Amino acid sequence: MSQPRPPSSDSAAAVDHVDAAATANTSPRTITSAEQDVMVRRIPGEAGTWVFLLGDMVVFGVFFATFMVERAKAPEVFDISRKTLHVGVGLTNTIVLLLSSLLVVVAIRAIRVKARSIAMYSLIGALACGVTFAGLKAYEYTSLIEVGHSAGANHFYLYYFILTGLHLFHVCIGLVVLASMTTQTRRAEISSTRMAVIESGACFWHLVDLLWIMLFPLLYLVS
Amino acid sequence: MTNSTPGQFVYNRAGLSWIILIAATALSFAVGVEHGTGSLVAIAVLGLAAIKIRLVGLDFMELRRAPIALRIAFEIYCIGLWAVLSGIYLWL
Repeated sequence: MSQPRPPSSDSAAAVDHVDAAATANTSPRTITSAEQDVMVRRIPGEAGTWVFLLGDMVVFGVFFATFMVERAKAPEVFDISRKTLHVGVGLTNTIVLLLSSLLVVVAIRAIRVKARSIAMYSLIGALACGVTFAGLKAYEYTSLIEVGHSAGANHFYLYYFILTGLHLFHVCIGLVVLASMTTQTRRAEISSTRMAVIESGACFWHLVDLLWIMLFPLLYLVS
Repeated sequence: MTNSTPGQFVYNRAGLSWIILIAATALSFAVGVEHGTGSLVAIAVLGLAAIKIRLVGLDFMELRRAPIALRIAFEIYCIGLWAVLSGIYLWL
C-alpha cells in the first residue's frame, strides 16, 4: 500500500525545522522556495495504515457508546462499581501513556534529522512507559479479582474487562511496534518508504494513547 | 546531525500540546471524581477528553498538516464521539 512519497520525511523534517524556529522565535532567514515546496499537506505514515487506524477508532467508538447505553440501564450499579476501581492507577496510567507519546514524537523528529541516539533512548523510554502501563493494569486486574470484582460480577465489570482488555491487547502490539522502531534507529540511512513505516508505527502508538484518553473518564470518572 | 539535544524536539507545538494534555487530565480528574449522578460536569469531562483526543491527533499524529479529507474525518470523529456519548448520557 505504498504511495509515491519522495518528499515524505524531508518535508516533515523541513516542517519541524520551521516549527522549531517559529516557536523559539529565532528565524534568522526566510523560508526557501524549496522548503515551501515540501511544506505541502502529507499523510503521516503509510496511507493504508489510516484505514486501519480510523477503523479501529470507530470500532472503539461503538464500544464506548454501547457501554454508555448499558450504563443508562443501571446507573446506580455502574456508579457503585466505578467507585471500586483504582482511580489513582487510572490517572497514573494516563500520564504514563501521555509521556510515552511525547517520547515517540521526540523519536520521530530525531530520526528525521539523524539524531540516532536521541531517537533510540526516546523509544526505549516509550517502551518503559508501555511496560509500566501493562504492569499497573495487571496490578489493578489482580486486586479487583481478589475482592470478587471479576468480569462475571455485573455488567460494569464485564465491560470494564472487555474494554480495558482490548486496549491492553493494543498496548502489547504497540510494544512490539516500538521495539521494532527502536531497531531501526541503528540504521545509518533510512529510506522514505522505511520512514513511512516508522511513522505508521508511531501513529499506532498514539492511537493506543488516544483510546485510553476516552476510556479513562468513561470508566473511572463519569458517574 | 551530531549536536542535537532532546530539548530541540520538545520546544514546539507538540510540546505545548503535551503540557495542555497534562493540565486537561488534572482538570478532568479534579472535577470528575465526585460530581454526583446526572451532573453536566460529566459532559464537560467527556468534552475535555474529546479535546485531548484532537490534540493527540493533530500534533502527535501530525494530522494538522494532513490532507483535508483525512483531517476532516478525524475532526468529525472527535466531535461525533463527544456528541454521541453525551447524547446517550443525557437522554437515555
